[in-house]
Amino acid sequence: MAWTWFHRLGSPPHVYALAARLTPWFAWPAAALILAGLYGGLVLAPPDYQQGDDFRIIYVHAPSAWMSLMVYVTMAVAAAVGLIWRMKVAHAAAASCAAIGASFTIAALATGSLWGRKMWGTYWEWDPRLVSELILLFLFLGYMALRSAIDDLQRADRASALLAVVGVVNVPIIHYSVLWWNSLHQAPSVMKLGKPDMPAAMLAPLLIMLVGFTFLFVYLLLVRLRGEILRRERTASWIREALAE
Amino acid sequence: MSEFLYMGGYAAFVWPSYALTLVIVALNVIWARRSLDQARADARRRLLRGGATT
Amino acid sequence: MSTSALQAARLILARDLRLALRKRGQFVQPLAFFAIVTTLFPLSISPDLARLREIASGVLWVAALLASLLALEFLFRDDAHDGTLEQYALSGQSLTWLVFAKTTAHWLLTGVPLALMAPLAGMSLGVPYAALPGIIVPIALGTLVLSLIGAIGAALTLGVRRSGVLLTLLTLPLAVPVLIFGAQATDLAIRGASFAAPLYLLSAMAVLGVTLAPLAASAAVRISLE
Repeated sequence: MAWTWFHRLGSPPHVYALAARLTPWFAWPAAALILAGLYGGLVLAPPDYQQGDDFRIIYVHAPSAWMSLMVYVTMAVAAAVGLIWRMKVAHAAAASCAAIGASFTIAALATGSLWGRKMWGTYWEWDPRLVSELILLFLFLGYMALRSAIDDLQRADRASALLAVVGVVNVPIIHYSVLWWNSLHQAPSVMKLGKPDMPAAMLAPLLIMLVGFTFLFVYLLLVRLRGEILRRERTASWIREALAE
Repeated sequence: MSEFLYMGGYAAFVWPSYALTLVIVALNVIWARRSLDQARADARRRLLRGGATT
Repeated sequence: MSTSALQAARLILARDLRLALRKRGQFVQPLAFFAIVTTLFPLSISPDLARLREIASGVLWVAALLASLLALEFLFRDDAHDGTLEQYALSGQSLTWLVFAKTTAHWLLTGVPLALMAPLAGMSLGVPYAALPGIIVPIALGTLVLSLIGAIGAALTLGVRRSGVLLTLLTLPLAVPVLIFGAQATDLAIRGASFAAPLYLLSAMAVLGVTLAPLAASAAVRISLE
């Protein structure tokens, strides 16, 4: 009984319609939250006593890094669902994640590099968190490359799904690397158990941005997923109705 | 206002970071919507050609 | 009379080793590649041994990594080509064990020779005699992990045209920790310090690899054969 919602998610027309309905519920809040976060981070938050205004990069860097990890985990979970339950929709969802994840990983690396230039005096350091984030980028690119290299869609789905699942071991490494190795990158100040270290006026815009980016990801995923489903469901008759709207 | 743009001397790091991230956000939105529009157009074309065959 | 998984694995291991003896040329290639790459560095950087010693660890490990990636291409290639791999998958034997056997054979034929050859390259880069165990052991362990991880990528790219670069791209993310800790071990050995810590980490990776990688690789083989 409780599983009907799950099995209904295996039906492409159902997911297509559901995604269309949900899209505005994520698009508008995402826009509002991100704008609010930008204002809060750039204008309202006081300058850091150590880094001055340079720390404001956190309001774009942390959400990008968070995106890169969240998108990869989502991709891996969708891939696993697709492999285990052989759900085409799950594979379509995983495929939709890849480009989003790769682009935000690049954003995280680039903004981190700019921030690091002033903080550590260098654009790049071979420290564990930076290296594992770079590895994450390679994982996304590898996933996309594998998909495009295999002609048969079903085999491409399953092969890239396996790759995504195997690569998920990198995610905890990225997150915990700053604890396991004493290194350049600062230790987690938000995502740790107990109270975060930042004062409220600095923390609030950050949390707003993190939530806003999360909503943004769901919005992007829903839009791309609809396109993927349409591309895959070539012989289905429900498309006629779906396109009429 | 100019003090805001100056970002306490870190302007060369802060503004490119924000610009880059917002460009990536915008590109993602554009790509996603374009991907959906193209998929819809393709599907429509296939239907018109009669019967939505692969 | 049915064969146990272990017996089947031993048979496959023996078969692969015997076949390799007939196709010796194939297995010389990675070694030759390794030799060439490590020779290029003194030629292009400087003949000064003191300077070469500084980068010796990195050179040896990058060359070993690239040579291993080169070798991975023929892990499954011949068996996939003539249908043997399909027979393995259909045989009812544990594909995981069979894949593990093939990977082990591959390592014995490529990784171990690399590990034994590396000291020569090391000496040409100014590495002291005392550091040679710090080259052989880490590279032997590291190439084992690389063969295990690489098997997954090799299985996923079966039959893909010109899969060389793709295979490298897929294997590299998971191979980076091996490179980091392996190079650290060799570098510590060159400086005369104890390389126990990174060696333990490499061993841990090897254990993890031995237990998990063949599972993933056999799943990948089944996917590619569908």
